[in-house]
This record gives sequence, structure tokens and C-alpha cells, in this order.
Amino acid sequence: MRVLSLHVNGDRVELAAPDHWTLLEVLRYRLGLTGSKQGCDKGDCGACTVLVEGQPVLGCLTLAASCGEKPITTIEGLMPAHLAAGGTGPDPVQAAFDRCGALQCGFCQPGMILSARALLNRNAQPTRPEIRAALSGNLCRCTGYTQIVQAIELAIAESLGVEPCAPAWAPGTNPWKLAAPAEPGA
Amino acid sequence: MSARDVRGPGAPWPEGFRLVGKAQRKIDGLSKAIGAALYTDDLVLANMLHAKILRSPHAHAKIRAIDTRAAQALPGVHAVITGECMPVKYGVIPWTPDENALALDKVRFIGDEVAAVAAVDEDTANAALKLIRVDYEPLRAFLDPEEALRTPEPQIHEQTPEQKLKEHKGNVSKHVRLEFGDVDAALAGADVVVADDYEFHGTTHTPIEPHCALAQFAPDGVLTVWSSTQITHYVQKALAQVLELPEARVRVIQPCLGGAFGGKSDPFALEFVVAKLAMLTGRPVKCLWTREEVFYAHRGRHPMKLAYRTGARRDGKLTAVDAKILIDGGSYSSFGLVTTYYSGQLLTGPYHFPAYRFDSTRVFTNKPPCGPKRGHGSVQPRFAFEVQLDQLAEKLALDPLELRRINFQGENVKTVNGQRVTSNGFLQCLDEVERASQWKARRGKLPRGRGLGVAGSMYITGTNYPVYPNPMPQAGVQLKLDRSGLVTVFTGGNDIGQGSNSIARTIVAEELGLDPADVRVVAADTDLCPVDLGAYSSRVTFMVGNALIDACRKLRVQLVAALAEHWEVDEARIGLGNGRAFERGAARTLTMREAFQLTEARFDTLGATGAYNTPKLGGDYRGGTIGASPAYSFTAHVVEVEVDEETGRITVANCWIAHDCGRALNPMLVAGQMEGSAYMGLAEALMEDHKVNRFGLHAGPSLLDYRIPTAVDTPELHALIVESLDPEGPYGAKEAGEGPLHPSIPAISNAVFDALGIRLRALPFTPAKVLRALREQATAGRGGSSVRPARVASEAEPSC
Repeated sequence: MRVLSLHVNGDRVELAAPDHWTLLEVLRYRLGLTGSKQGCDKGDCGACTVLVEGQPVLGCLTLAASCGEKPITTIEGLMPAHLAAGGTGPDPVQAAFDRCGALQCGFCQPGMILSARALLNRNAQPTRPEIRAALSGNLCRCTGYTQIVQAIELAIAESLGVEPCAPAWAPGTNPWKLAAPAEPGA
Repeated sequence: MSARDVRGPGAPWPEGFRLVGKAQRKIDGLSKAIGAALYTDDLVLANMLHAKILRSPHAHAKIRAIDTRAAQALPGVHAVITGECMPVKYGVIPWTPDENALALDKVRFIGDEVAAVAAVDEDTANAALKLIRVDYEPLRAFLDPEEALRTPEPQIHEQTPEQKLKEHKGNVSKHVRLEFGDVDAALAGADVVVADDYEFHGTTHTPIEPHCALAQFAPDGVLTVWSSTQITHYVQKALAQVLELPEARVRVIQPCLGGAFGGKSDPFALEFVVAKLAMLTGRPVKCLWTREEVFYAHRGRHPMKLAYRTGARRDGKLTAVDAKILIDGGSYSSFGLVTTYYSGQLLTGPYHFPAYRFDSTRVFTNKPPCGPKRGHGSVQPRFAFEVQLDQLAEKLALDPLELRRINFQGENVKTVNGQRVTSNGFLQCLDEVERASQWKARRGKLPRGRGLGVAGSMYITGTNYPVYPNPMPQAGVQLKLDRSGLVTVFTGGNDIGQGSNSIARTIVAEELGLDPADVRVVAADTDLCPVDLGAYSSRVTFMVGNALIDACRKLRVQLVAALAEHWEVDEARIGLGNGRAFERGAARTLTMREAFQLTEARFDTLGATGAYNTPKLGGDYRGGTIGASPAYSFTAHVVEVEVDEETGRITVANCWIAHDCGRALNPMLVAGQMEGSAYMGLAEALMEDHKVNRFGLHAGPSLLDYRIPTAVDTPELHALIVESLDPEGPYGAKEAGEGPLHPSIPAISNAVFDALGIRLRALPFTPAKVLRALREQATAGRGGSSVRPARVASEAEPSC
């Protein structure tokens, strides 16, 4: 057992956990941050992806004790950070995933969204192959990735003020306009 | 009520649809996106213990004795249980109860559950498992269904004398032989007959969420189990049966579910284990399976060996189909009785053929048990048959797409095996993929190594009968209207990520003219919600949707009457829409909150139930109801492949998916189901292989060894929605979640033939098989139809 002082979603938190506990275990079972998911516990699926110093890492392969003072962002941290920065509602990537139907069972999505957020932070205009490559450590079993890629492209298009590429099922339209994000309290 | 009162595909109000047909955000999308949605393992109860399960290291063995004393003595351990604690057998199909929560006297595969421990944490529980001593007497293990069939002893399942009398001999799990028309005469009279063998390997669901269950036993005798299940109602019944509790004292709740695909549609050992341990210890108990355990739980796609003969006239019209199928069931029955029927019963569309026979045998083997995976029982025969149709087109020198077109069965027809097919948009599906893929300009004209392939399919929209026969509705719902303007929907339907709760919101908002944000859904809690049978057989939108319309229309009568009385106008002038009640042709409106209050004052507390049951359907013969569905969906795919002749690697560049889903209630969710289905089919064809080694040990129970596609491996998927407007579906809707998987697999094989002139008839399509077929092609001399396609069905892939 050791006492850890971690820097999670902008807060400094102190806790005690067994020496061998991973960051994922500490997040889920000590801090109650259950948005980070355990899909395999051996680094294959990416559902436990969190950002450490802005970089996506696998929470299930990272010892909590190795994180030291490094800032950690979990899926729960994105919307508060967006609001604190003067935005409204969830992070635009989260909203785009919702508007594009990219969340089916949703289990892989916290990790997927954080991988996407990290990509857009380092490259505001990635190509489709770059998007697919950036997500290749996050397995999704529901969507076939199509609506996930569309969500990221929608977020990019809206940040640039251009029309997104229409999906095959609604040629020549922007069907996601109809599903604009709800304002909190609206 | 119900299907006895079909309403047709029209909109509920003269103004037309306001929400249906447009992309709607999901009811739980944002809660999932921000990480707030709670899945079973996210739930924590005070004083909770953790359970772990001991599994068999033998593929087939008798249990002589189990000594749990050392495990029980370990500090931190609160209870240890074995099969004797829960001796009642169960099975999701009531006719084949052959499972025990923990093995009683015998283990039947490596991974079979033997004992379980509840301890203060998982580490302690795992340490305790190592202290349990099991004395096994190994038996001969059967890993090959043909060997298990040939060798009646030792039996994997001991059978009762009654079962032995009924053709269930040796290791046969189920045998079905049905013939419609005179197949032998039709084949003898055919201008051409194609005969060949095909082989479908095993694949598994691999939801990203591992199975998890949590139980609490209250002192008043009520057991509550939260479980990652897609069949809350059947789990409630199974828990009551095995734990010998009244059903009314068992509450099952499905929290948010992280994927299922059929892999969570059996009752599983962990649900019984946590319940029993909670009852014994008086504390809540949770069990989360590891990824490895999910592979042992399996219930995935049955491996099948299939022999087909198809006869046709010179003009391409089919005259007869004859199928013989050997099904590897693994170690337990699960849904196997249904699988065996489905392997034949679901082939009789979208094409017409006047004579049909199938002879299917499911055999037990000492491997993880097979069950229903997306497209249950019909994906394997569809693969074989659609490749055979391509071979027929080749023989007749017909365009394979055209061959499918000329054999289209039509709308409102009865199939050769007596199933009623109503709406049928298959021709439009063919048109769509032909157009989008530029089939005419490109098929057969691409450079060597690149090709296009087509395939079609049909699938059920719900089964006509529940797994246990009863005259009650298959789907029930309850609505509560609140003075605040809120409507709460209570439905037993399981939202497993497909979006059934979102569809419920859309239907209720459409019917009652509400803002969708004013509809909330409480689902899959057996204490709170009317029974729905669960998320399987693509039944939820169709059946729960119809039940919701039923309930809404009862409430609409009251709302319209109260508003007409209030405004002193004819009821025909009252409308509801966009969150308001209004008088047509006048300026008067009320908010729905006001309308609800007015109606509550007039009629008392507002609420209604709704129900759906299927009409009587199916052929008039034993098994004729299995495969009967109130509506069938239809799909056509064109797949574009590139094959590297040096490495044998197949790459799918594009997949066009045209699917007739009836009316697309939410086209964005329909497209998501189509893309996800096609992805899963492509993955099965090219990457996945659920197999065991020569000892029966799983070849690679991890997400690294069992390869599922990443975003980089997945091709561009083009979802083309076809809407045939079903006469009985809710607003004309049919299924979208399973049908679009089927054609992916044969379309790849057919595209490889277009690319290289080789026929792949054994799955998965590995580089080794491609290279072997190319070598055989080279030996036979390059050429098209005169070359005997390389036989690859019997080639054994090296095991680990």
C-alpha cells in the first residue's frame, strides 16, 4: 500500500492504494471515475485510454505510482475544462460523437473520444487516414468506425466553418444539423 | 391491441411525421460521451464482496471430489460454493436444460465453471481459487464434430431414455430434416446443377464490455441482480428456477450495456454465482469476468460444414436446393435447437425456389459452447448458398447480380417452407448497390487482383414465438403522464447499444406531439417494467414499437377528448405536435403541460399500457413456426477487394450495403446498425477465428490473438437505406441490426473470384488459403470457368 498524490482533471487528490494498482484501478475503484473502462486489462482494447500530459496512454498498463505530478485527464474532465474555458455544453468532440450516432454501446467511447481529442490538439486538420491511424489503438465493436470518423470530421468542419462530407445514407445533406447539441438547461 | 389491430405505416397525425425519418440524437448519447453512463462494473454497493470462478483445465472429465477446506480457511474469504449448492439444471431453451451454474459431476470444456469464491477483494478470491483441490478423471475429449458423431461413447451429455428414443443418440444435440416439394426429381430435371462443399469457422461476439453481475439479497427475501444481460426477463426466470425462489422475489436490472451481439443472451454462471454467494454471506457480491473468461463463455457463431446442391433452368431460374449441414455445437445446448432449425429455415428468401430440403445435425463437442451471434444460425448457410449462386451464374454465363434479380421471390408471397413474406425491398437493394458500386462498368473489367462481388440475404424481424410457449404478449409497455408535461416510458426492452430506448422516445414523442426531451425511458428492470422478452432476434423496435403505439393511442383518445371539450370543438380539429396541443385552422394552442393537466382533471391520473403479440404464422408441420417472423428484412452487398498475389492478403476497399429496413425511424441509427453489421461480417471473413488447439485449449483468448479490426483495418462502409414500408411494423419499420451482416462474407468470396478466378469456400479467407488456391489455379492452367475452382474446404490451418 502506498499513498499517492495525483493530479486528476485539474484537482490534486491524495489516496492510498496497493503498490501494484494501475492508474485504471485507482481511477475507477478509488476515485469513482468510472468513465474510464476496463475491456481487457492487458492493453489490447484501448477502452481505458486517458490523457497523461495530453498524450493518450493505456490506464490498465500504467502503474498509478508512476504518474507522479503529471496532469491526468479522464473523460469526466473534458466538459468541465471546456466550460471553464468559456465554452458551452460538452467538449465539441463529445457533442459531435453524440450528434453523429457514434455512441452505440458507448463502452469504448471514453477512450476513443480522448484519443480523438489528443489528435485534434496536436493536429487541427487531420486527414481521414490520419484520423483512422490515431484511433487504431481503440477497438470499437459496434460502429464499424464510420460514424466515429464522421463525428471527428464534423467537429473539424465546424471548427473551420465549412460543411462536413455527407454520409452515404443522406447524400447531399447535412443530417447532423438536425441533431444540434442541447444547451445545458435548455 | 397488438398485431390483431394493425395500424399501417402511416403517420399518427394528418400533418405527417415530425420526428420519424430524421436523424435524432440518442437518449443516452451525451451521458455516454461524458463518461457518466453507468455500466454494471461501475456500480458499487457498500460492504460488497468480489467473486471469482474456478474453471476446468480439462476438456472432458469426471469430477471425483472437490476439497474447498483450505480456500474457506483463507483470511478474507467469506464463502466457497460448488455445483452441489445449485443442482437444478437450466437452459435458455426450456426443452434442453443441460447446464448447471457450476459443474455437478462432469466438466465439458476447458473453462467450464467448477467452483466459486466470495472474498473481500479480487486478489484474495483469486488466491483462494488456487487452494481448491479438484480430483478429475479425464475422459476422451471430442474436438471434431465428425469424430463426436462417429463415436457415441463417451457421451458428452448423458441422455434420458426418452431422449435416446427420439433419434438423439450419442453426441447428437439436435437433428432436423425437412423437405418441401420433390427435391430429387427437381434436381434430376434441372438443366444445370452445382454441387459443392463449404466450411464456416467459429467466431465470437467480443463485446468490449466483459460480462459482469452484482447481486444483493435483502432480509425480506428479495434478490436483486444487476447484470450485463440482453435478456432480463429470461435471467429472472432462470435465477428463480435454479435458486428455487419465487419469480416475484427476483428482480433483475440491466444497467447500461457495453455491447452484446447475442453474447449476453443466455443466463450465465456468474449471475447464479453472485446471487448464491449474496444469499449465503448476507453481503452484496460482484463478479467481473476477465477478457479470457469472456472467450470461454462464448455462445458465438457455430462452425458448420455445409454441402449444397442447387439446380436451375438454362435461363437461371432456380428449381431446387438441397443442403446437408453438420453443426459444431460445443459443449452445451444454449439456443442450439433453434440454431439447427435456423440453419435451414431462413434460407427461403429473397429468392424463390420450388423445392427445398435441408438435413442439419448439431453435435456436441468439448469446446466452449456455441450459441446465437448476430444473424443467428443463418449467416453460415447464407455464405455457402450465395457463393453457390455465384458458381451457378458462372456456369450459366450470367451476371451474378442479374441471376439474383431474376430469382427474386416478390412481395406478399409464401415461401416454399410456409413462411409469410410481406414487404420486400430486395430488388431496390440490388439496384442501389449496382448503381453505387458502378457494377456494370466495373465488374469483370478491373485489373487482375481487383474485383467486385455481390450477395443478398433475408433475415427475421423477431420470432413469432417466445422461447417458452405462453399466450401473453411478447412485448408490453407502460406510460406515465406527469403534470409537469413529462412522459415516462417503462419498457422491459433491453437497450444493448442498438438504441431501442432512443427509438421508444422518438415513437412516444411522435404519437403525443412532445418535444423528445420530455420523454424519459426506464428500461429493463423487472420490478418496474412490463415484460419484454429481450434484445434478440431483431425484435425490439418492431415489437416494443408497436406496443408503444398501442399505449400512446389509448392516451391520445383521452387527450383529444379533454381538449375538444375544453375548446368546445369537434375532436377532429384537435392536433398534438412540437410540444403543443392546437386547434387546426385556429390560433388556439396549449403547452403539453397544460394539456396533460386538463386531461388529468377530466379523466384522473394518466397512464396506459400497451402490448404487442404476433399473429399466428408459420408452416403447418413440426418446426414450421421456427423461422416464422411478422416481417423480414432484405439486404444486398457489393464488396470491392484487392488481393495481393504475392502475399495472398485480401484487402476490402469498399463495401456498399443496401438494406431494406422498412421505414427508417431514425436513419442515423439504421446506418449505424448497417455499418456495424457489415464490419462484423468482414471481420469474420478475413481476421477472426475462434478455435481451440489439440487439447481443447482456446488458441488465443485475448483481443490481441483474437484479431478484431481496428479503424485502419476497416474499409469505407457505404450505408444505402431502402424503405419498403412494412404493413405491420411500427410506422412500417423492420429490423436493421442483424440482416446487414449476412452478405458481407459471401460477397468477399465472390469478389475474390472476380479478381483472380479462384473460389474461396472455406472460412476464414487467410492468405494461406488464397495462395494455395492460386497455386492450384496455376497448376490447372490459367483461365476462368473451365478451371475447377481450387478446393480449399478441407485444408487444415495449423493450430497453435
